[in-house]
Amino acid sequence: MAPRILVQEAPFDAAAEAARLTEGRTDVGALASFTGLCRADDGLRAMVLEHYPGMTERALTRIAEEAMARWPLSACTVIHRHGRIAPGEPIVLVLTASAHRAAALESCAFLMDWLKTKAPFWKREELAEGGSRWVEARTADEDAASRW
Amino acid sequence: MKILYFAWVRERTGVAEEEIALPEGVRDVAALVEHLAGRSPGHAAAFENRRTIRAAVNQDFATPDTPVAPGDEVAFFPPVTGG
Repeated sequence: MAPRILVQEAPFDAAAEAARLTEGRTDVGALASFTGLCRADDGLRAMVLEHYPGMTERALTRIAEEAMARWPLSACTVIHRHGRIAPGEPIVLVLTASAHRAAALESCAFLMDWLKTKAPFWKREELAEGGSRWVEARTADEDAASRW
Repeated sequence: MKILYFAWVRERTGVAEEEIALPEGVRDVAALVEHLAGRSPGHAAAFENRRTIRAAVNQDFATPDTPVAPGDEVAFFPPVTGG
């Protein structure tokens, strides 16, 4: 089954997305889910995500296909938002479904680690006091991605 | 060839996208960076610290020695920060 990849400005419905992966199936014993949300750190007013249309979908598909090749997944969904996102709003959703929990949980963590370092998104923080700054890449994310 | 810039690289060059003729002798990403850095003071500022710039050729991540050819789409941007 091909992974479901969505790159969109609009919010997503995590519960409806999860239901899609198990509806009418009796072979899924484990469904893992990760939602990344916008935090209001240090007087952040909003997060603005820029991406590379075309390459983004391609990169996310490649990462999801890698997960499906490494773990026995029955389904996998990756939704990543772009544009302006307010604190408390979701940014990214990763869902993995498998017969057993290890495959679902591990592949879900793998997908998050890889999409942080291998998908062309850039975050800019809008500050409450005015102005904005680009978020810098973290070495910890590189380290997390290289453990797989 | 089509050149794209994203995030602060785009802010510094002042353009999101430009069409350029690939100069003779420019065969890889590193040589293309050298060429583009000479286009304007903004481009020079964008490529000031080469180590902070990442690239993609035809929408695949590239390294300084990745070949480039006429007709390619080449993008320059900071290290990614999605997720």
